[in-house]
Formats: sequence, C-alpha cells, structure tokens
Amino acid sequence: MATEVKELKWIGKRPIRPDGVDKVTGRAKFGADLTLPGMLVGKVLRSPHAHARIKSIDTTKARALAGVKAVVTSADLPELASEWVPAGELQINFRDLSSNILARQKVFYDGHAVAAVAATSAALAKQALALIEVDYEVLPHVIDVVAAMQPEAPLLHDDLFTEGVTPTPETPSNIAKRVEFARGDLEAGFAQADAVVERDYTTKPVHQGYIEPHAVVASTSEDGQSEVWCSTQGQFSVRFYIAKLLSMEISQIRVTPSEIGGGFGGKTTVYLEPLAVLLSRQTGRPVKMVMTRAEVFRATGPTSGAALSVKIGATKDGTVTAAEATLRYQAGAFPGSPVQPGAMCAFAPYAFETFKVVGYDVVVNRPKVAAYRAPGSPIAAFGVESALDELAKRLEIDPLALREKNAAREGTHAAYGPRYGPIGFVETLQAVREHPHYQAPLGPNQGRGIASGFWFNIGGESCAMLNVAEDGTVVVVSGNPDIGGSRASLAMMAAEVLGIDFERVRIIVGDTSTIGYTFLTGGSRVTFATGMAVVQAAEDVVRQLRERAAKVWEISADAVIWEDGQAHPAGANAGEFEPLSLRDIAAEAGKTGGPICGNASLNAQGAGPGFGTHICDVEVDKETGRVTILRYTAVQDAGRAVHPSYVEGQLQGGAAQGIGWALNEEYVYDEDGRLQNPGFLDYRVPVASDLPMIEAVIVEVPNPNHPYGVRGVGEVPIVPPMAAVANAIENAIGVRMCDLPMSPPRLLAAIDNGG
Amino acid sequence: MDAMQYEAPGSVDEAVALLAAADGAAWVLAGGTDLLVQLRADLIEPGLVVDIKGISELRAITPENGGFRIGAAVTGAELGEHEGVKAVWPGVVEAMELIGSVQIQGRATLGGNLCNASPAADSVPALIAAEALCSVVGPKGRREVAVAEVATGPGETSLGPGEIVVDILLPERPARAADAYLRFIPRTEMDIAVVGVAVSLVLDERGVCAQARVALGAVAPRALLVPEAAAALIGGTVDDDALERLAAAARAACRPIDDMRGTVAYRTKVAGVLARRAAGIALARARSE
Ligand SMILES: Cc1cc2nc3c(=O)[nH]c(=O)nc-3n(C[C@H](O)[C@H](O)[C@H](O)COP(=O)(O)OP(=O)(O)OC[C@H]3O[C@@H](n4cnc5c(N)ncnc54)[C@H](O)[C@@H]3O)c2cc1C
Repeated sequence: MATEVKELKWIGKRPIRPDGVDKVTGRAKFGADLTLPGMLVGKVLRSPHAHARIKSIDTTKARALAGVKAVVTSADLPELASEWVPAGELQINFRDLSSNILARQKVFYDGHAVAAVAATSAALAKQALALIEVDYEVLPHVIDVVAAMQPEAPLLHDDLFTEGVTPTPETPSNIAKRVEFARGDLEAGFAQADAVVERDYTTKPVHQGYIEPHAVVASTSEDGQSEVWCSTQGQFSVRFYIAKLLSMEISQIRVTPSEIGGGFGGKTTVYLEPLAVLLSRQTGRPVKMVMTRAEVFRATGPTSGAALSVKIGATKDGTVTAAEATLRYQAGAFPGSPVQPGAMCAFAPYAFETFKVVGYDVVVNRPKVAAYRAPGSPIAAFGVESALDELAKRLEIDPLALREKNAAREGTHAAYGPRYGPIGFVETLQAVREHPHYQAPLGPNQGRGIASGFWFNIGGESCAMLNVAEDGTVVVVSGNPDIGGSRASLAMMAAEVLGIDFERVRIIVGDTSTIGYTFLTGGSRVTFATGMAVVQAAEDVVRQLRERAAKVWEISADAVIWEDGQAHPAGANAGEFEPLSLRDIAAEAGKTGGPICGNASLNAQGAGPGFGTHICDVEVDKETGRVTILRYTAVQDAGRAVHPSYVEGQLQGGAAQGIGWALNEEYVYDEDGRLQNPGFLDYRVPVASDLPMIEAVIVEVPNPNHPYGVRGVGEVPIVPPMAAVANAIENAIGVRMCDLPMSPPRLLAAIDNGG
Repeated sequence: MDAMQYEAPGSVDEAVALLAAADGAAWVLAGGTDLLVQLRADLIEPGLVVDIKGISELRAITPENGGFRIGAAVTGAELGEHEGVKAVWPGVVEAMELIGSVQIQGRATLGGNLCNASPAADSVPALIAAEALCSVVGPKGRREVAVAEVATGPGETSLGPGEIVVDILLPERPARAADAYLRFIPRTEMDIAVVGVAVSLVLDERGVCAQARVALGAVAPRALLVPEAAAALIGGTVDDDALERLAAAARAACRPIDDMRGTVAYRTKVAGVLARRAAGIALARARSE
C-alpha cells in the first residue's frame, strides 16, 4: 500500500495544533462545562466496605426530601446475562459492568456505587445520599493478589470457576482465568545456560491520574431519545454500553464527547453515563454528574497490581537459552485484568527460542481495573527487564549488548505468535548506543539503567469525512476524541493528500450521529487507523475534484491529475487548460454536480508493533532513600512521526507516568480495606519539579501498512521506565529493588538491610 | 444547611468584633490554602468566614529593634522577596518558601501556617528555633505569646474565642548567627513534611557555638523544641562528633506516629539525618557572616 517516496509538504512538520488556542485560553469545553436549563445534579452513594452483602436498601427518606427528584438502585437496571460480548476490539461482560455501575447483591470494594440520586442542588443531593439506609452484612475481604489465590481466601463470586484449565475446577475461586504462551523445551534450555536469574517482583495498582474527573450530562426526552455529553475516549463505546446496560436501541442515543482532560485508557469504560441517562429518564430533566477526586480514586481505574516470578538463563556470550514467567494480576472486583496482553508482551522484544509464560487473572476487593497505557505490558516488563539487567551483570556483559544479542527483528517469530514485519527495536538499541547520554560520566551514588518495552498497537474500525466548503477550505470530521494531538496529525494528513495549506483544514471530533462508527481512542490506533481513513476520504475528495475539473474541461477524468492542490491536464494529449485549484472547483461545485464531500470507512489491519528503549540516570540519597532522576532519554520507533512534537509529548508523558509508578504511586488501604489516600496529596504522581527534561528520540522504521508509515506511539513509552529506574538504582548503589514503588522508606529499608 | 456568611473587615478591631459576636462556627480566612481545602472536604462547616487579607497592618513587614515584625497575613511570596528578613533569618524564610508551589506561595501566610496547627507545618519549627513571639488580639485585648505556645495539638490552638494572631516578631540577631530549615518529602514540592528540622545558632569570635536552638516538626503532635539537641552543639565548634550527638538527641526526641506518610522508624532515622544537615547549613551561613 506504501505510496512512492515523494517530497512531503506537511508530514513531519510541526504546525500549531488546532485545539491549542482554546486550551490555553480556557475556552475549551470539558466534561463538566455544559449546563442546560432545568438541569438536576446527580450524585452517587458509595460503599464504605470492601466486601459486604447488601441486605436491604431503604430510599424512602431520601425520596421524601423536597428537591429530590429520583433515587435509583440496581433494581432499576435490567438484569443481564453473564457473557462476553465483542465491543469493537474489546470483550465486555455486561452483567459485571452493570454490577459495577450499581452493586447488586454484594459490594466488592470501598467506593462501589450502591445508589444514585438526582436533586435540584448539589447540597440537596448530598443530603439525600445521607438519608439512604443501606443494611450491610460485612464480609471478610482480600486485596492482595497472592492471598486471593489461596484456597481459603474470602471468595468474591461463588459462580467464578477458573477458565483456561482442563478440566474446569469444580469449586469456585478468585482465579478467573489462566493463560499460557510457551514454546520449546524449558528444562533443556535452562540446562544449557551458564547463568540463571530467578526473582519475584511485585507491582502496585496505579491510577491513570487524568486531571479531569469523570463528568456527564444526560438529557432524555419524553419519546425516549437520550442525548449524552461526557468526557470519554470513545463516544461510540459509551453509546453501545448505555444501550446494552439500559436495554435501549443504539439509535435512540446520541453521545457527544467533550474536550478530554486526560484518559490514558481510564476513560474507555462507563461509570456515571448510564446513571445519568437513567436519572434523566426518570425525572424528564437533564442530569449532570461529576465525580470528586476521591470518587475517581475509590471507584475508577486503576491498572492491576501484580506479583510475578521471572526466570531467565543465558550462555556466556549472552544468548538467552530459556525464559519463564508467571504473572498474577489483580483484576479488581470483576474478572478482566490485562494479564493476557501482559503475558503476550513479556518476551515480545526478544527472539527467545524457548520460553513459557503463565498468567492468572485474579479478582480482589478493589475497584475493577481499567485500561492504562499498554495494559499489562509495563508490569511484565518490570520483571523481565530487571531480570535481564541482573543477568547481564552476572555474565559481565553490557546490558545493552545483552539486548542487542537477543533482540527481535524482521522475521522473528514473536513469542506471542506472529512473525514480525519490519520493526524498529534494534534501531532503538542502536540509537541508545550512539546517544551521548549512554556514555556520559556519573558521580558518586549515581547510576544508569536501561530497559526496553513493547506494545502491539492496534488498528480497527474507523470512519472519516471531509467536507469541502464553498471557499475551498476543508472540514474533517473524525470519530475519535483527541487525547494526544490527533486532530493535528489527521488534519496534516488531509492537507498532505489534498496538497493544500494546513491552515485551510479544520477538524472536529464528531458525535455518534454525525460520523460513522469509529472504535475508541486507545491502543495507539488513531493516527494509524483513523489516519488511514482520513487519507482515503481525502483521496475520495481528490477523485471528485478531478471529475469536476474533467467536466469543466470536457475531457475524461482519467486525463486529469491532482498535483500541489490543483487539477492539471495529465499531459499534452489531454489538452491545454489553466490549472484549477481546490478553491476554483469549490466555488463552482454547484454547477458541476453539487457539494464535494469525501468519505471513508475501514477496518484497518497491519498496525506496526512499537518498541522503545529508555536510559535513566538516578542519584540515591543513601541516608533518606530518596531517588532523584538526573537525566532521562526515551527512544522509540514511531514508524513515521506525522507531528514530531506530539510524538515527543507521548514519549515524555509515558516516561513521566512510568517514573511515578516506579517511585511513589501506590494505594494505601487500611486493615478494613478502605482506601486511605484518595487524592493527589498522598497518591504521589510526579510534580514538574520532580523530573528533568525528558529527552525524546524518535527512530523511524516505516510501517508498510500505512500510507505514511505510521505506527502508534502512545503506549510503548510507559513500558520501560519502572525497570529503567530500578536498574539505575542498582547501578548506583548495588541494591536490587524488586518491589514497587521504590519509595524512600522502602529503599532506605533495603539499603539498611544490605540490599 | 444555612448559607455561609463572608466578611472582609478593614481593621483588626472589626475582625475581632465580628468573630466574637458570631455564634456557631466562625473561622478566620487568610490565604485559605488550608481553610478552603478543609471546607471542600467537609471537615469544617463555617457559619461565618472573616477574611483578614484586607487589614493593612496584617500585610506589613516592619523592622523593629534590629528584628522584624511580620504581619500575620504576609504571604510566602512576599516574605521570600524581603531581602532584610532573608539576610537575618534565612531559615525562617526558606521554611515559609517551601510551602506548596508558586500558586500556593501567592496565598499562603505565615499566620495561617501557624494557626492551622498542623504538626507538619513547615514554618513553625523555624519560628520556634528563632524564638519568635506573636501578638494575639481578642475581645479582651492584646497579648504576646511564644510561637511554640500557639499550637497545642493537631488542629488545636491556645487561641481563645474571637482571638486572632496579628503579627509575628522575629528578634534581633548578633553577629555570626544563622538558622536553617530542612524537611523531607518524597517529592520535591506539593507535599507534607515527613520530618522537618530547624536549627538556629550563634558562634562566638573563636567559632565556638555560643547559643543554639533546635526544633523538630512532624515527629510529635506539635512542633518540638529539643534542648538536648541544642546542647550537643553549644560549647564546641560543631564538629562531626557534635553533629552525631545532635542527630542522636534529635532521634531520641521523636515521638512520631506510624502513618502512610512515614513509619516511626523512618521518621526517627531521617530526623537525625536532617538535624545534622540543617546544622551544617546553619553553621556555614554563620561562618560566612
Ligand atoms: C497544594 C498545597 C500545598 C501545601 N504545601 C504545604 C507545605 O509544603 N508545607 C506546609 O506547612 N503547608 C502546606 N500547605 C498548607 C497551607 O498552605 C499552609 O499551612 C499555609 O501557610 C496556610 O496559610 P493560609 O494563609 O492559606 O491559611 P488559611 O487557610 O487561611 O488558614 C489556616 C487556618 O488558620 C486560621 N487562621 C489563619 N490566619 C489566622 C490568624 N491570623 N489568626 C488566627 N487564625 C488564623 C484559619 O482560620 C484556619 O483555621 C499546602 C496547602 C496546599 C493547598
């Protein structure tokens, strides 16, 4: 599909993003910014218990309060069967999703929604919540993944029987699923090794940490039509989930995505949206619901915490002979941790012949996990990339050389199945080797670590529409909320195909009724898949422009070519005509056949896998355990960076989040399973002054399946940091940290215990 | 659910009258960086809020007998820009400047940090080490009180109904005197001290430590003055041995709690480390005078 190499006008340039002005002036409308006449305020009552049976809910007093217009519980939601339903690229169990939105027989975590109210003011809604009487029978709970796997652990779901083992167990457990990926003779592989590293690692659940809390306004009219405005990564997913959860027809629902203040995967599901529709349906008035930060922490996200065991063996020259990993991931209250992708990614950067990865999906009394950048991969990589570092040290080989020796290349049979096409992993390693950072001198108590990471990237279904205005300017409609600068890159691709100025292309994110189905913004798919749709829609416009010029010139459309934003006769045989610009043709469009509008809908295949390698320098204060990140370089293959600034932004953002995951982020629960730190004061994401300027280095190994060579870039950069930081700490002071976060008290304890 | 009343008087007397007359919960509002957070978190439900930022005498920094009288509503940013105070009491100024971030610095006040009575308040150990006094005005008139006597426990003060802190007096300093404040937080800003240590000392002509005061924050229900730690410094040249004894005395004085921000063992150990480092900074400052 790759087009012939020609000089590109826009791809690779850095124009100002179309959404920039509104964002820096405060004009951008986020989820909570919409206000409608007669609007009610909706609020959610949440469980104070980690695990309890709901004996009864009495809403009488709340309903009786003046100003309270509706109170809903799970009794107001349809009962759904437990089955996995495909939703775009995802599989959703709507019974579980429904029970997460409003608890049925049991609450499964501190913060689990139990009831919702709509009232004329926030104060009244709050008062109404206090008047709802819930009678709980508190049950024993379990929040640790290893504890939850024990036979005597408190059981969350008595109908959960481990999938993926034969025969299916006869007794229920908290282990929802077992997955395995293996090849070759493991025992023989380890027997050949000159050195074997075997370690246990733990990671903590971490929240996506988006700045904007979940927010929605829903308005349902008397004829059952619902309009929904919300902050989401996928308006079509919200529409489908609401339809399923409330038994509505899809076409009755129109979802408009607001500007989004961060998602990172956490806004690919629904929490408030169905409740707002339900409340608005019962009251006949618009209902607005906005989470507090504490609600965001108690009831949304995070990604899994995990316990993993990794064993890797290699010969003296660094050739890995066998690798084994066991991954145990917390799913939260309902099955569905990203352990399967984690298991698939664990060894994906390497051409290992012999390996085995086993993964367990385990329910615990915590919020149901949600997607978070490269779901599952960073957790596995923390173990594998730490173990590789230790192996390199054991073998007295440069850790970079160990990776070069075993790196996957084009043609490698990936550990998770397919054979790789052109990939850029080796190129990232080479860029690290050539980067001045890799050789820069270090002082006392300073150390350097490297680590690599992988993510599949996805394609999937997308639509795009290009409307040519009377003056020849163009409006692109995309179906993907823009969380990483995609409006800029999509508009640039349109300008490139049309051969016009970027400034003459505007782009909007359409609602579910203005643009065709487009799978959500996730999987690093938008610039790849929706980008391809935009390119095709632009090509559709070009085809029409050539036809219109042909009509004016009274020649065949085949005799017209489109170049530099103008129609030209294909050659001397076609005749002599002055070129017609897009502006000329648009002005006369009415006379040549009507408005010009290009469309494309596709299911993009062949997303290029992404690889990155990071270099991290730290300094350790051995008396306090504090780690300072001195210097950080993130190298990644972007295929082709359409707008390099936003690729760099993705690399920097992913690294920053990974550093937070490495050093300080963790949920603190008390012994009753109540979250103690539901706020940014004690849930410590890095602040700006914690980080050095993160240098982003883009490597470009084009993806042959995209017209401009694009690969997704948004997820890979969060994969390497945890191991890069741990490896740097080890390099600085000789202490190997296997448990996250490597917070000052934990690191000081490890130092005092002699590592 | 009655509406909250907001007043912004122009004088101390008016403010005191409003507070004294209020039945029910009345709160002073300075920068609001504690108060508004507590309000949002439903920790307090004020019937009346009296904003003191409009009272000019509370916004002034006035030199007095070689020291400085600092209005209770002076912000961190204003204090940080005052070269005079900075030269004489660098430790107090650096403690105040550690609070929050640039945005918080524009609002947060010295008086608010003191009256909020958090055991982890950053400026308080430095003020205690500086032997600062504050003026309190209430329905019964004016009184002077040592800063160390204001907080009595977490969120608790010795201020009576209707009383407000109007200013804080930092005394005059002899030659070869300096102070320093260090705190430990896991991040670089926007955090709460896990441990804070202030050291104030005076050297004689031979470089022997003639006077010293050491105060610890976040290791007890309120900031502590630790005379045993000061004793380790006084009478010697603040050598390594003295610094080790200082650290040991600081550790011994700790009575911290175990919470998510730090364990007893961690806080105690780091108190010793910071005491040594803060004394080193104060010493270097005093020597360079
Ligand atoms: C993001 C953030 C970061 C922070 N970081 C830090 C930090 O690093 N270190 C730290 O110590 N604190 C920190 N704080 C807490 C707070 O900023 C400080 O305690 C600040 O000094 C409070 O001053 P204020 O003027 O805002 O007080 P306010 O919030 O106005 O008042 C605080 C309390 O004192 C009372 N009060 C105020 N002035 C007087 C007075 N003159 N007389 C009697 N009572 C009075 C009020 O009624 C209230 O109870 C932080 C707060 C935030 C929001």
